[in-house]
Amino acid sequence: MHQEFLMGNEAIARGAIAAGVNLVCGYPGTPSTEVLETVAKNRPEDTYVEWSVNEKTAMEIAGGAAYAGARAMVTMKQMGLNVASDPLMCLSYIGVKGGLVVLVADDPGPISSQTEQDTRHFASFAKLPVFDPSGAQEAYDMVQEAFELSEKYGTPVILRPTTRVSHGYASITVKDPEEYVKNVPEGFVRDTGRWVIFPRLSYQNHIKIEKRNRELSDVFSDSPRNYILPGEGELAGSRKGIATGGFSASYALEARRKAGAVPMLKIGNPFPFPEKKAAEFLRGMDEVLCIEELDPVIERELIYVCGKYGLKTRILGKMTGHMPTAGENTRDSVTAALRAWLGLPAEEQTAAAPPPLPVRPPVLCAGCPHRASFYAVKQAMKGKKTIFCGDIGCYTLGNAQPLDMVDTCLCMGAGLGIAQAIDHLEPDTSCFAFVGDSTFFASAIPGVVNAVYNQASFTLVVLDNSTTAMTGHQPHPGTGRTMMGQIVDRVSIEKVLEGIGVETVETVDPLDHAKAVETVKRTAEKPGVKAIIFCSPCVVLAKPQGRVTIDAEKCIGCRKCIREIGCPALSFDGKKAAVDPAQCTGCSLCSQLCPVKAISGGEAHA
Amino acid sequence: MRKDIILCGVGGQGTVLASRLISAAAMARELPVMSAETIGMAQRGGSVFSHLRIGGDADCPMIAKGEADLILGFEPGEAVRMLPYLKPEGQVVVSSRAVMPVTAALSGADYRAETMLDYLKAQVRNLVIVPTEKALAEVGSAKVLNLILLGAAVRSGALGFSEEEMRQAVLTRIPAKFHELNLRALEWAK
Repeated sequence: MHQEFLMGNEAIARGAIAAGVNLVCGYPGTPSTEVLETVAKNRPEDTYVEWSVNEKTAMEIAGGAAYAGARAMVTMKQMGLNVASDPLMCLSYIGVKGGLVVLVADDPGPISSQTEQDTRHFASFAKLPVFDPSGAQEAYDMVQEAFELSEKYGTPVILRPTTRVSHGYASITVKDPEEYVKNVPEGFVRDTGRWVIFPRLSYQNHIKIEKRNRELSDVFSDSPRNYILPGEGELAGSRKGIATGGFSASYALEARRKAGAVPMLKIGNPFPFPEKKAAEFLRGMDEVLCIEELDPVIERELIYVCGKYGLKTRILGKMTGHMPTAGENTRDSVTAALRAWLGLPAEEQTAAAPPPLPVRPPVLCAGCPHRASFYAVKQAMKGKKTIFCGDIGCYTLGNAQPLDMVDTCLCMGAGLGIAQAIDHLEPDTSCFAFVGDSTFFASAIPGVVNAVYNQASFTLVVLDNSTTAMTGHQPHPGTGRTMMGQIVDRVSIEKVLEGIGVETVETVDPLDHAKAVETVKRTAEKPGVKAIIFCSPCVVLAKPQGRVTIDAEKCIGCRKCIREIGCPALSFDGKKAAVDPAQCTGCSLCSQLCPVKAISGGEAHA
Repeated sequence: MRKDIILCGVGGQGTVLASRLISAAAMARELPVMSAETIGMAQRGGSVFSHLRIGGDADCPMIAKGEADLILGFEPGEAVRMLPYLKPEGQVVVSSRAVMPVTAALSGADYRAETMLDYLKAQVRNLVIVPTEKALAEVGSAKVLNLILLGAAVRSGALGFSEEEMRQAVLTRIPAKFHELNLRALEWAK
């Protein structure tokens, strides 16, 4: 044992390695991404790691590995679990031989997600046990326990951190390599009665699963992951208590320091819910306040336990208006809620009101090729009836002013479906679907096949920056490298599209503005499905060293460069445009649109 | 020792590395450390923060309002944004240079460092304003604001770590080819 300062996601990865994990796969998604990256960085020689093309494929690979007796982990964010739910729901019925941990990171806020869905609900829907860590140390310990539980009961087990657990750091106690479990997979053993899902087998297994989950509820009631802290000081023997779990447990512990140490029930396994432990707690309580994020999962379970055990305890929380129904909890919000409930006066804020603060919405980086791509399409389609369907990635930020080029954004790959629908309903609209390179491989290909076959007409714009940028630059099938360090043949987006039957596929550098505009104009006019691939590397990876300079003599202060493209490196000093050399990459998009050629330098694109 | 420190700025300014260096110094002294920071979409030019909690007696990596011993502001407006987290007698070390948000450049809205610094001067007794333009010019790099601010925090006494401890953190956490530049930046405030 020794101490290390680790991010929650790193702790999960290191815990999985300590548990002898043989295979880890997943698809990047904030806040889950660093788990797989850390396994890849620290992996023992015989551990296989890959970024899969999407979460469904990853789930199937991890499931297959567990069929063969391997310890496997699959990683994703909560949105990814929707994609992977088909294999997961079936795996739940079929079960596993080796340990299978499904790492799903939830995102209260949401900070970087489309929804505030709660994977604890998904666990009960899928009938799978779930661990809900409150910090990095618990995440490290829980992932190892999850592997053991998975193997013992032959079921996938979900580990569900939330953003603050995943991205919080702590100095924690970790095992030395000599203490690691060594797991040698037995290999796949043919048994059609076990591995081939049929209605009869599902019925039989359903009975077993329900019986097992009743047993697990008792196992969890006896586990130190689900515990009761008695009241302290004046609140010893208090008949008011709090129930909490996940990262909110750390807020609750801190709030107890400030507002009073009320009795506390901590739930580390929200499903199958540790009913007996909860009943033991509730019996001594008149009133319980539930402190949790996302859905009122603990709250509903406690109400259920009260009904089942005939208890009169009042359960308060999100459903009674005592806690906010959406968004993140904070140290201050939890302390304030606890104080209010205990009848203590609110803490006062005395400082003078600050001056208006700058609003800083996230923006495309200076030099980002997506800016040039959006601007080219915008210029080419000026005055035409259009719809621009966006998608999930950095390029969602194309919605910001002044580009304003994202009319819709739903989920991975959905822009293609929406563009097709609008085309069918409004044939006079020129429909565009923008999709990144990683998203293209993950979930856009069936949409292209569908459009070609069903005779839709729209322009597919692939924003190919040769990486998965938003989540921190992971490789994908188009990049030509794997997480095992191999250099491999790239899967060509052009050839995929041509193979599907897209007759016009144009590849162009978006930073060559005139050529890009001309290509869009020419392509968008054609009938059927046509594609433009804007190919230019992500500047965060490529780090171009060029800089533009603005000739103050020539600049007429028209602000066109600022008004048109919204580059964060450009500002206006009241009379002239100015460029921040610390941010500029020399992409030269601004110099190409300057009406008086006052901007020079950078890359020669025009 | 118990220290609650907030580092704040705009995505891309180097708050995360500065946070790591302080954590490394704390680990070297075998103090428990927790931290939390902004990762993800907001890193693309949004407001970013890092909370650091050093020493025992903490259950959560996040700092509550009125609790921070030190705010290390990489940008004046961001320091003002985080000011409610400062203890009554806490220390603020802040860069003098404003980072214009794109929204301000677009709308022509007025955002000036002076307004923010004046507010800080009125509110904070223990305030160090680092003249960023001058410091960066003297060190000879636009990329080392984080080490300059760390150096100023060391000298304010509120960081709780000595210059030698921060030197060791730089030597262990930063690649060798950047040592000379980063140590020069750390020592700028002398």
